[in-house]
Amino acid sequence: MTAAQITAIQPVQDAQDQTGVAPFGPKPRHVSPGRIGIYVFLVIAALFFLIPVYIMIVTSLKGMPEIRLGHLFSLPAEPTFQPWADAWLHACTGRDCNGLSPGFYNSLKITVPSVIISIICASINGYALTFWPYKGANLLFGLLVFGAFVPYQVVIYPLIIGLSSVGLFATLPGIIIVHTIFGMPILTLLFRNFYAALPVELFKAARVDGAGFWRIFFSIMLPMSVPITVVAIILQVTGIWNDFLFGIVFAGRSNWPMTVQLNNIVNTTTGVREYNVNMAATILTAAVPLIIYFVSGRWFVRGIAAGAVKG
Amino acid sequence: MQRSWRRRFHLPAVIGTIPMILVAVGVFVIGIGFSVLWSFTSSKLFPTYDFVGLAQYRRLWADSRWLVSVNNIWFFGLMSISCNMVFGYLLAVFMDQRIRQEDLFRSIFLYPFAMSLIVTGLVWQWVLDPNLGLQAAMRNLGWSSFSFAPLVDANTAIYALVVAGIWQGSGVTMAILLAGLRGVDEEIWKAARVDGIPTWRTHLSIVAPMMKGAFATAFVLQCVGVVRVYDLVIAMTGGGPGIATSMPAVYVIQLITVRQNVGQGMAAATMMLLPVLVVLAFSGLVLWRRNRRQEARV
Repeated sequence: MTAAQITAIQPVQDAQDQTGVAPFGPKPRHVSPGRIGIYVFLVIAALFFLIPVYIMIVTSLKGMPEIRLGHLFSLPAEPTFQPWADAWLHACTGRDCNGLSPGFYNSLKITVPSVIISIICASINGYALTFWPYKGANLLFGLLVFGAFVPYQVVIYPLIIGLSSVGLFATLPGIIIVHTIFGMPILTLLFRNFYAALPVELFKAARVDGAGFWRIFFSIMLPMSVPITVVAIILQVTGIWNDFLFGIVFAGRSNWPMTVQLNNIVNTTTGVREYNVNMAATILTAAVPLIIYFVSGRWFVRGIAAGAVKG
Repeated sequence: MQRSWRRRFHLPAVIGTIPMILVAVGVFVIGIGFSVLWSFTSSKLFPTYDFVGLAQYRRLWADSRWLVSVNNIWFFGLMSISCNMVFGYLLAVFMDQRIRQEDLFRSIFLYPFAMSLIVTGLVWQWVLDPNLGLQAAMRNLGWSSFSFAPLVDANTAIYALVVAGIWQGSGVTMAILLAGLRGVDEEIWKAARVDGIPTWRTHLSIVAPMMKGAFATAFVLQCVGVVRVYDLVIAMTGGGPGIATSMPAVYVIQLITVRQNVGQGMAAATMMLLPVLVVLAFSGLVLWRRNRRQEARV
């Protein structure tokens, strides 16, 4: 359907909604200075958001001699994917020249278990808090919400000491535990709010039928929690993939996630800065959350808002 | 019937929430307790229990690097939050004018938020790099005296961080405020128009006060982000030039890892916690009083 057809249909529907009578003739066009101003503002704002990424994409496709010419905004004269291959396989951090790919697999190894474990914990928390509140449960929840606002720096050192005392500091399980801990406040809030909006009768009926804590959770609550789980997955995957601080502190050198390796590749290079390789590496690191963002669309916004509301 | 299942102490519920108990008590109470405790000791690389009173705090507030960090976080926070709010609100208002391609614009404004702050920092580091970015491009176009390199000057580097912060965060503010705007009843606009009130006046005096919740949400989100700002600084400036863009979050991590001075690091972390505690206690009090007043009315 072309744009003209859509505009032809739209006013008819609008008018019918209000009066029940369709108007005749084409939609009156109002191109006032005000509307032009709106679009000018929005387009300039869009350019502000787009130009940095445009520069990155164009530069990553150029060779170094072309970059030195200084035509920042021009399209690549001889597009090459060599910088992308180099970024993935050969970019150096110090003496290791394995590119970004180990970081990618590390990020994967960190993100997948962290997301699964943190969501399982949070859904059980939310369910127990809503339907089985025991004495002191709300105090625990209050502490957890408090934890959502605490600066990480206050908790990091005790966590380092605690994890090293059980031999988990600078290991893969260690970083997964850390992500589970810091994901718990916001996810529990998310699931609790979701379960609290369900009708209590559902729960009562199951209780009358003799179902217990786990039976109700697995047979009734879990199948109903698909939408909130999707929001939680989006929130956690992007959050954990983008994390830098916990990765550099808790993962240990051999498990450093992609963001840490990217920063090392770019900010610790000695000698000639290979801008094209660096920018390709940056785009590769941003690719996973960006794909999730564009695929999930409005769910993403809902996740942010849901996480922030009632905080 | 209802009472009996609510009152009883359900073992499965407690077992199911063991992780929550461990995190809430173990991390957010005991962990923070230890941080505060160690801030009163002379701990270096490992924690000790040799108490020195407030000595670490005295040394902290005599450290120029910490003083610069505190100044920076206030400046960065005030600038980036106010700019984000104003810019985000303007974007939301313009987006609400039944424009075409709304989804496209929304995606463009919001996508930086999906990326890591490391990525944002690096992107802007390049755009503002004097040998590669805007300055080089403008000189290349023939404007040879064009000079724009905020990152290499200690006085302006913090502005560059603010710009990157706006680039990353104003889209979210827009999304939250736009949802708030859409929640305002259409009738209010009609009534205001009938009364002959100019649109900008309706926005400022009627609609904006009705969006208190959305503003509060956006504001809280920004504040949490500002207190935690670490990745952006590391990727963009590394705290430099010199110590010009150091922030409390960066300072604490440096003391724990590089400078191996845990006692003073924990003192700094406790100072970071203090304003958060004050704000939370205050908002808790407000909520509690409002609840009580509502109960009294019922």
